[in-house]
Amino acid sequence: MPRKNINISDKIETLSILDEHGKLDEDLEPDIPEDELIKLLRGMLLGRKFDERMLNLQRQGRIGTFAPISGQEAAQIGAIALLRSSDWMVPAFRETAAEIWRGRSLESVIIYNSGYCEGAQIPENLNNLPISVPVGSQILHAVGLGWAMKYRKVDDVVMTIFGDGATSEGDFHEALNFAGVFQTPVIFVCQNNQWAISIPVHKQTRSKTLVQKALAYGLPGIQVDGNDVLAVYVAAQEAVARARAGGGPTLIECVTYRMTMHTTADDPTRYRSDEEVEMWRKRDPIERFQKYLLSRGTLSRDKLEGLEAEILTQIQTAIDQAEAEMTSLGDPVDMFDHSYEQMPAYLMEQKKAFLAELDESREEADNG
Amino acid sequence: MAKLTMVQALNLALQQEMRNDDNVIVLGEDVGLDGGVFRVTEGLIQEFGEERVVDTPLAESGIVGMSIGMSLYGLKPVCEIQFSGFTYQNFHQIENHAARFRWRTQGRYTVPMVLRSPYGGGVRALEHHSESREAYWAHMPGIKMVIPSGPRNARALLVSAIRDPDPVIFFESKALYRAFREEVPEKEETLPLGKSQVVREGKDLTLIAYGAMMRPTLEAATELQEKLGVEAEVIDLLTVSPLDDTLFVKSVLKTGRAVVIHEAPRSFGAGAEIVSRLMEKSFYYLEAPIERVTGYDVVIPLYSREKEYLPNAHRITRAAKKVLAA
Ligand SMILES: Cc1ncc(C[n+]2csc(CCOP(=O)(O)OP(=O)(O)O)c2C)c(N)n1
Ligand SMILES: [Mg+2]
Repeated sequence: MPRKNINISDKIETLSILDEHGKLDEDLEPDIPEDELIKLLRGMLLGRKFDERMLNLQRQGRIGTFAPISGQEAAQIGAIALLRSSDWMVPAFRETAAEIWRGRSLESVIIYNSGYCEGAQIPENLNNLPISVPVGSQILHAVGLGWAMKYRKVDDVVMTIFGDGATSEGDFHEALNFAGVFQTPVIFVCQNNQWAISIPVHKQTRSKTLVQKALAYGLPGIQVDGNDVLAVYVAAQEAVARARAGGGPTLIECVTYRMTMHTTADDPTRYRSDEEVEMWRKRDPIERFQKYLLSRGTLSRDKLEGLEAEILTQIQTAIDQAEAEMTSLGDPVDMFDHSYEQMPAYLMEQKKAFLAELDESREEADNG
Repeated sequence: MAKLTMVQALNLALQQEMRNDDNVIVLGEDVGLDGGVFRVTEGLIQEFGEERVVDTPLAESGIVGMSIGMSLYGLKPVCEIQFSGFTYQNFHQIENHAARFRWRTQGRYTVPMVLRSPYGGGVRALEHHSESREAYWAHMPGIKMVIPSGPRNARALLVSAIRDPDPVIFFESKALYRAFREEVPEKEETLPLGKSQVVREGKDLTLIAYGAMMRPTLEAATELQEKLGVEAEVIDLLTVSPLDDTLFVKSVLKTGRAVVIHEAPRSFGAGAEIVSRLMEKSFYYLEAPIERVTGYDVVIPLYSREKEYLPNAHRITRAAKKVLAA
């Protein structure tokens, strides 16, 4: 028998609607209501402005280490916007814009990044998981949530977000495989921001794309221009609809860029060129989307300025409130909370000893 | 002699061992151009090239599993796991394979690799970046678990670890990386693995610690001397496993009193083993129950509360007084 190509039915596509010059592919233009378009813009702008403020706060020593999102606003907001509140979000650690879209308060982000675990508390009405620092580990949790939804016969879905680096971890591969085998309603959103700290994506994998990894696990996949919020939106819309209808998981690769440092502890000039950063600045997701909205009359300069001012006020209010809240946080004895539902006896003893020592040192301090 | 930080001293050890022996290969996440997130591998890629300083994809199991294979072929990989909080991703490669090849093949194959990783609290880091889980590795037959306490012994121990014929987990305290400088000779220096050191002599009480806890322990010893005239003997384990109990047992036979200090959680930590050895080997000489000053049995808190979690000189002094009063 002669050699033949194996016919693999899953599709791996690429999609771009609004190119980097703001030029629209009219055939592909989605029909998104105007107020939704403005909401998308607001989510992206808030992500950017909050990021800038957080960087400032970090530089002033008012918060600790922080992972900026600048450049990835479209790749986050365009995808997360498709979830309804009963759906679940499973983020990594660089998804602040998406988290805020899903109802996380700015205050909680500030409080968390100031070293208070209280900032990771998730209100009962939100179906979000907290940030996950161990790279790629959360992707499997999304598959488990999806499995449970299927078992309970609800038509909710799970969206999980992770980086390009995460696709090298075993957990990523296990998650895609499990999702394929169990046909769980999961949308895997890869933020291919080109870098995992100092490692460029071409050193992360020999694959030409990240999305092609879906093929190996029998999943449909789509690579989108991650700085084009319309493309991200359309891809996510299809994937969410398929998952909701029982059609199983999808991998979406958003090709985007981490415009600033990995975290505030990182110095990107050690490993990447200014030219590269400049090239990506020209592909800015927000500018491009604003141009589109202005040209179709959905947005005016005035309205944009109003929106920006409103966002800055929102951020300032959140900072003030977070800083006020933090004055009553930080009793160290709280570290014993939430270890178990019922504190074991040995831990109770440790807590008592801790309190006794604390009292004693306070007394000593008082007595000079 | 140059005065070096621990980061620079470790870097010197790597550089010299790479010059000495082309079997030595450095690999891990961001160890190349970036020089490691703490800069311990800084400059190595410039001197030794991408062939010997390998930036790997982001996968700890991959890094360690591949290091085992390299070792089986006779190379000496020194891999870096960016934070010890991410060594769980490679746990099974160490437990199932690195620790057992010698035994499984009855000596035919060995795994002379080193896994370096920053551990411990005190640098205002995010979750998973502050923990102290040496007990996991110390619990594994076949593994050596080493934790230096300063630039000079860090350099000497790392050289020994690289030359050691068995797998070594080498934890480096982030809090100590740049905390102070020490004279570190340019000329080669080694320290035997599995040997502790008496770093301060005394007759009244024995303080046993390692790694980042050596500083508050020595501070406490000074305070005891200055305020109470108590002479504490201080032992630095340097290697947690295989545990060298000779010096601390000998010391307690003399002092009759002991305090054990570690920042790792209390239960089932290194302290439990040390206390057991003392019970086995010095029971009839003990004048007082042994005290432990440790982290609590909770996840180390985020940075706003971590100071209260970590043992400090005050807590050590307090425990010492209790032991002395008994
Ligand atoms: C399991 C694990 N290994 C290493 C790290 C350290 N680390 C934090 S983020 C990161 C790079 C992640 O790259 P990517 O997945 O592309 O996400 P990005 O940072 O670009 O958002 C690394 C190596 C970690 N957090 N978890
Ligand atoms: Mg990335």
